Amino acid sequence: MSALVEARGLHRVLGGEVPATLIDGIDMDVNSGEFLAITGPSGSGKSSLLYLLGLLDVPSAGEVTIDGRATSKLNEEARARMRLETLGFVFQFHFLLPEFSALENVALPMRALGRLDDEAILARSKDLLVSLGLGEHAYKRPEQMSGGQRQRVAIARALANDPKLVLADEPTGNLDTASSAQVLGILRAMCGPGSGKSVVVVTHDLGIAAQADRRLNIVDGKVSA
Amino acid sequence: MSGMNRLVISIARTHVLARLRQTLVGVFGVAIGVGFSVMMASIMEGSQDDFVRQLVDSLPHISVTDERREPPRQPADQAFDAAEIHGLTTKQLRPGIKNPYAIMAALEGWLPGAVAPSVQAKAVIRFAGRDTAASVTGIDPKREPDVSKLATQIRDGSLDALYKSSNAIILGSGLAKKAGVRIGNSVVVTAGTGRTISATVVAISHAGVTQIDDNTSYVLIKTGQIMAGQTGLVNELRVKAHDVMQARAVASRIEAETGYKATSWQEAHEDLLSAFQMRNFIMYTVVSAILMVASFGTYNIISTITHEKTRDIAIMKSLGFPSYVVRRIFVIESMMIGIMGLLLGWLLGYLMSYGMAQIEFKSPFMDATRLPIIYAPSHYAIAGAVALMASVIAGFFPARKAAALQPVDIIRGAS
Repeated sequence: MSALVEARGLHRVLGGEVPATLIDGIDMDVNSGEFLAITGPSGSGKSSLLYLLGLLDVPSAGEVTIDGRATSKLNEEARARMRLETLGFVFQFHFLLPEFSALENVALPMRALGRLDDEAILARSKDLLVSLGLGEHAYKRPEQMSGGQRQRVAIARALANDPKLVLADEPTGNLDTASSAQVLGILRAMCGPGSGKSVVVVTHDLGIAAQADRRLNIVDGKVSA
Repeated sequence: MSGMNRLVISIARTHVLARLRQTLVGVFGVAIGVGFSVMMASIMEGSQDDFVRQLVDSLPHISVTDERREPPRQPADQAFDAAEIHGLTTKQLRPGIKNPYAIMAALEGWLPGAVAPSVQAKAVIRFAGRDTAASVTGIDPKREPDVSKLATQIRDGSLDALYKSSNAIILGSGLAKKAGVRIGNSVVVTAGTGRTISATVVAISHAGVTQIDDNTSYVLIKTGQIMAGQTGLVNELRVKAHDVMQARAVASRIEAETGYKATSWQEAHEDLLSAFQMRNFIMYTVVSAILMVASFGTYNIISTITHEKTRDIAIMKSLGFPSYVVRRIFVIESMMIGIMGLLLGWLLGYLMSYGMAQIEFKSPFMDATRLPIIYAPSHYAIAGAVALMASVIAGFFPARKAAALQPVDIIRGAS
């Protein structure tokens, strides 16, 4: 498998009176079609690593290359564009826009990218919701849905622009067992050889990690053996 | 419209509609600012215009009198330029404008307006053994309606009634009341010159100003000349210009052509007109202050909305929304609040101005009057433009702050 993401010499230090090192020299790859679990204790830096891989944060040193494109020199607008085109995010808290329906939330990234016309955006949004078992909830707002349903809407939104890499930060952290299994199943199913999609999941849950193709354990900002 | 712009408007509209209570507070803030600004400007400018109109209407636009700005050069001055001459007695001239009808005929050749003569004399009106002091003004009833409102101020009788009898007189309503006179009564008028006539009251005038109504009476110009002891002369030529703002230029030309002093209404009220500049400054300061306060209200609302939307901003930015789009969303939200506010403010301003116009003021010295209001589109346009601009500025700074947020800072702290 070829590497979709390459991270080399990644450092992330938070400034301040007492600088805090979040990531301390990590080298890692995410292969195309791979389901990678990043595990580690609380405060180990696994979420910080995910934010660096997802271009939400800028490394203090090192380079993240996504789909062959080095990102350290990109300005904020270019990084935003790359997130929109190439990456999808699922967070522990669904982070849906509360005033918009499920359908509108899923459509947002497509409307921002502007590749599809309104009809195609509507059709794809509905398809994604139906494929995640949310067809009948399309016009509900987040507050009218359960935690599991909201998280599935967030997954649908992450998939809206057909990203090559989906980054999930504790996606089941707030869900009951049944919903967790459902969400994990969806994430697991979207990657695999030939799918063209990779999934990186940050989790405490060793059960989830066990289902991953590969596991990367982080301790004190470093990859632990 | 591009897809991104439609998305921006759609998000802004959703935010504005979803936060209805906050939106309404913002809208009412702007509306109150615009409404009160419009009302204040309508009242201030209305009262000023009304005052100027009364000023212009109460007096002739131009008054030509037999005064001169410079004393006439004496024959000795003309004969001996280098000599200094003392103790000369100036030539005694009869007071008054000579050949008034010839001068009026000459002026009417070019004058953009109308001209009428008048003669003033002080007199005592005796009726039923009671004496009442009065001012007697000799007028030309044919010309008078062109230069004053006297014809419209006649309550009983008419201006032309002055021609009905040889010595006819029109009394002001207050004067008639003081003297206990009615139409048809005969009164004895004794002028300051000592001349006495018996006159018949043919009409009662009512200007609505106590000082005029209590003291003034009108007779034919010839009668006035007899009373004043200046046959063939008049005290004043009164000019009403078609364009009141041209009065100063017209007065200069009259003065140059006739040699008599011609005073425009602007010159006569120079001090008052200067006072209006200060009044305007105060008015615009007050109106600006109202709009400023309203703008701070808008700023507050937009800041609050932006603060409450911090998480949404982080979501949008994490999805890949560029900073300028986030900035635009909040500026457009602010504009939406501003536009709704200014539309409501226009309505509020109109209704308040209309309401103010219905208030009646009563004074013992004048007829009952209503607050003069001006409905000028410029008031609405200025208040609207300032409110909209203030809304955009009020939205811009919180929007810029919102756009500068790093999503990871919010996501890290989310719960």
